[in-house]
Amino acid sequence: MDAQMIRSLVAIFLAAILTENYVLNKFLGICPFLGVSKKLDTAFGMSCAVTVVMVIATAVTWPLYTYILVPQGLEYLQTLVFILVIAALVQLLETALHKYMPPLYNSLGIYLPLITTNCAVLGVTMLVLEKGAADPSFGFVQSLVNAFGSGVGFLVAMLLFAGVRERLEDCDIPETFRGLPITLVAASLVAVSFLGFNGVVDRLAG
Amino acid sequence: MDGKKSLLQEFTKGIIKENPVLRLVLGCCATLAVTTAASNAIGMGAATTFVLVCSNAVISLLRNVIPNKVRIPAFITIIAGFVTIVQMFIKAFSPALDTALGVFLPLIVVNCIILGRAEMFASKNKILPSIIDGLGMGVGFTAAMLAMGIIRELLGAGTVFGIPILSGFMEPIIIFLLPPGGFFVFGMLIALSGKLSKEGKAPESTGCASCPLAASCSKITEKEGK
Repeated sequence: MDAQMIRSLVAIFLAAILTENYVLNKFLGICPFLGVSKKLDTAFGMSCAVTVVMVIATAVTWPLYTYILVPQGLEYLQTLVFILVIAALVQLLETALHKYMPPLYNSLGIYLPLITTNCAVLGVTMLVLEKGAADPSFGFVQSLVNAFGSGVGFLVAMLLFAGVRERLEDCDIPETFRGLPITLVAASLVAVSFLGFNGVVDRLAG
Repeated sequence: MDGKKSLLQEFTKGIIKENPVLRLVLGCCATLAVTTAASNAIGMGAATTFVLVCSNAVISLLRNVIPNKVRIPAFITIIAGFVTIVQMFIKAFSPALDTALGVFLPLIVVNCIILGRAEMFASKNKILPSIIDGLGMGVGFTAAMLAMGIIRELLGAGTVFGIPILSGFMEPIIIFLLPPGGFFVFGMLIALSGKLSKEGKAPESTGCASCPLAASCSKITEKEGK
């Protein structure tokens, strides 16, 4: 692996976290972002589970699409195949963790069933293929790095937001805005701060 | 007469009392992402309504056949089938809409409104009420998205359905088209609908109660409570 390659992979990784953040820029995975971000430790557990599933799901669906669906001319089955593969994978991962790594299961296992219908996971498997179609040099390794970066980006957004929300708990909020509305306004402000990263990655990676 | 009235109620509850976006807070991803223009909101709403009505009908017909243990994967498969049909249809007849909706078109499959209605309503009711329920929820979803789309397009681009309205009157505020504007307008709309509702307040969090995964979600909430 030469320097050029490593440089492009780092750029993909950073872009996935900062400028193409799944939650704050692409609106994927909003449900867990709003639902499971009340406390720092649950937010951390959920995002770790999402990251793991994102990488594994991409590692399975990418070859499946490229080497089986495309040669057979079955691209239109993408949605159906991907969601079933992800559902099966999550179930498998849950069973395996339960049997072989009970401590890890206790900390991450409860989040796994929720991930099947998390749009960020299905989204990443489809978006890397879209990127691959637009740019032929965006292959399997790049896709995996992108999936991992997206997971880390999800983690960063969740942790930042959990911190913001823990502070909101103590605030005196007008009655109409209590609950979800103030959470969304806070999310809007966190999203504004992420707009500041535009262009940063291009300059870093040259 | 009595039956007719209850069907009408099934229809209207989705639009006002149990509006899936503003009251149950389901399907937030799609709501936030595609409402940068009013026309996208209508396209997305129509696609989701079609999938919702069809999957509700099929799931209602199969409700006695599908074993309880595998119902969620079975529902997802049925929904994914209809989403594929919609995808092919939109690709063929409106490529521009396909580009605008992007990855959110296939992501209808994980829109919790559809799975939520399958679990809460279609798997327990006969076919006709299920279809009406799907239609009502779909129209409610479309209406809420249209409201958001109009506000964001008007403030962010100065147009509605591409027709210039604010030109010369004020500069468009571009941030309303960007992600932060989406969160902001959504928060404002939920606050407003909460204020106007009977309870007089906005929902606490996202619509966990109508989600099929509520059982595992509540474990997390319990953990958070500790």
